[in-house]
Amino acid sequence: MVKHIQALGAWGLDVTSGFGRATLVWWRALWGRPDFRDGPRLFLQQIYFVGVYSLIITVVSGVLIGMVLALQGYTVLVRFGAESALGQFVSLTLLRELGPVVAALLFAGRAGSALTAEIGLMKATEQLASMEMIGVDPLRRVLRPRLLAGILSMPLLAQIFNAVAIWGAVMVGVHWLGVDAGSFWSNMQSAVDFSADVVNGLVKSVVFGVVVTWIAVYQGYDSVPTSAGISAATTRTVVHSSLAVLALDFFPHRRDVRRDLIICLLHNKLFH
Amino acid sequence: MPSPNWIEIRNLSYRRSPTRWIFKDVDMDIPRNKITAIMGPSGCGKTTLLKLISGQLQPEQGTVRVDGIDVADLDRQGLLALRKRMGMLFQSGALFTDLSVYENVAFPLRVHTKLPEDMIRDLVLMKLQAVGLRGARDLMPNELSGGMSRRVALARTIILDPELIMYDEPFAGQDPIMIGVLLDLIKRINQSIGATTIIVSHDVAETASIADYIFVLAGGHIIGRGTPDEIMNSDDPMVRQFLRGLPDGPVPFHYPAANWQADLHMERS
Repeated sequence: MVKHIQALGAWGLDVTSGFGRATLVWWRALWGRPDFRDGPRLFLQQIYFVGVYSLIITVVSGVLIGMVLALQGYTVLVRFGAESALGQFVSLTLLRELGPVVAALLFAGRAGSALTAEIGLMKATEQLASMEMIGVDPLRRVLRPRLLAGILSMPLLAQIFNAVAIWGAVMVGVHWLGVDAGSFWSNMQSAVDFSADVVNGLVKSVVFGVVVTWIAVYQGYDSVPTSAGISAATTRTVVHSSLAVLALDFFPHRRDVRRDLIICLLHNKLFH
Repeated sequence: MPSPNWIEIRNLSYRRSPTRWIFKDVDMDIPRNKITAIMGPSGCGKTTLLKLISGQLQPEQGTVRVDGIDVADLDRQGLLALRKRMGMLFQSGALFTDLSVYENVAFPLRVHTKLPEDMIRDLVLMKLQAVGLRGARDLMPNELSGGMSRRVALARTIILDPELIMYDEPFAGQDPIMIGVLLDLIKRINQSIGATTIIVSHDVAETASIADYIFVLAGGHIIGRGTPDEIMNSDDPMVRQFLRGLPDGPVPFHYPAANWQADLHMERS
């Protein structure tokens, strides 16, 4: 019994000190005078590695998810003769929830894991230590451009995801299943509110960008510099950031909505 | 008047875990502009000592003073500033894998100076010429052999003409020709830029041939100190064991373990 309590305490200490170290990494990497000489070049390089390289998977998944949404939405709506509301259904689902969340999950898998592995390997091959010995702070030189690039890329990727997903939905809904293009677009236009839906989704994706990149960079910097350590750190990046994205997406809902969702979940668990 | 020693270590104690002490009450002076060798069996804390000198680790007790500055008193920026005056050659070379040989050597110049590009080029080519790799400037680190990466790393280490150069096992895993090349380079660099030099190594004969002064470490203590001649003729049994490569002696062959027969369950019969 005492052993279990000890283990729980040790785990708690571990988690708390992890949060402390992660905050220090964040603070030391971003605080301080900006480097105008090499900073912009390194930042653009990282935008390329973090953002542009994630484009293909984001666009492909976006198109397919938009197509699936339109197809499944149509099969339900057409029973009630409400298929003209397809535009509204697809765009609200994407802008409010699916766009930022799925783009963030893809981003964690594609860019987050790469960031962790890269920084972990730089640590294992003593590149970070040798940079410190040259008198350059690796937190500012290596981590800062990656953090900033991730934070900027994530909202852009989420918006691209939304755009191509709506395009995929139009292909299936309008061109294949024959929903009237005029009602599809006008329904979408009248239902989507700029600040409640578009800006809300954008804010979400900024938050997800901060969290996923922070986790990825911290896990790489804090990894045990062995092959097993780096592989564990990469796994942790994907698992922790996916869970963080889902949790952050869930909790900011209004309290009554959240309560209803929890009741719904429990109900499903208990009766099915 | 400045002290004749560039580095003064007093009562240094350091432990890796609550029970495993790497150093206990070590005193050490590293003289200016000389080649000082730190020798000892594997795992005696030679590399740890270099990390304590460069402030990558903090001592448990005691002080490490580098050019009169207590390393433990420095904040992060102060440490980075101090390290600009030091160079360290890592065992693995630790080249930046995303930069070419030329850019690796130019890196310290680019971040610490505002020299024009043609001057950077001249300086980089001079250092690459000194290590015999001027022709390899466009290669990437993954295209280099172990000996070549170490020489590129050496060129990068000396590009800012540091006041202190630390070599971590420079001869480990090198063929005889490369050891000769490195010995010659270390000696010439020490003479030409007058840097205080520390070599951490367990290659006795090679290191003794160029060192001015030698410390022998074992079990967390300094077991021998002196000029190469004094060390080679020492009659301390531990030093003799290390220098002659005897498998067992005062420095035990076995890692501490339970009783051997008890471990084999002999006591059951």
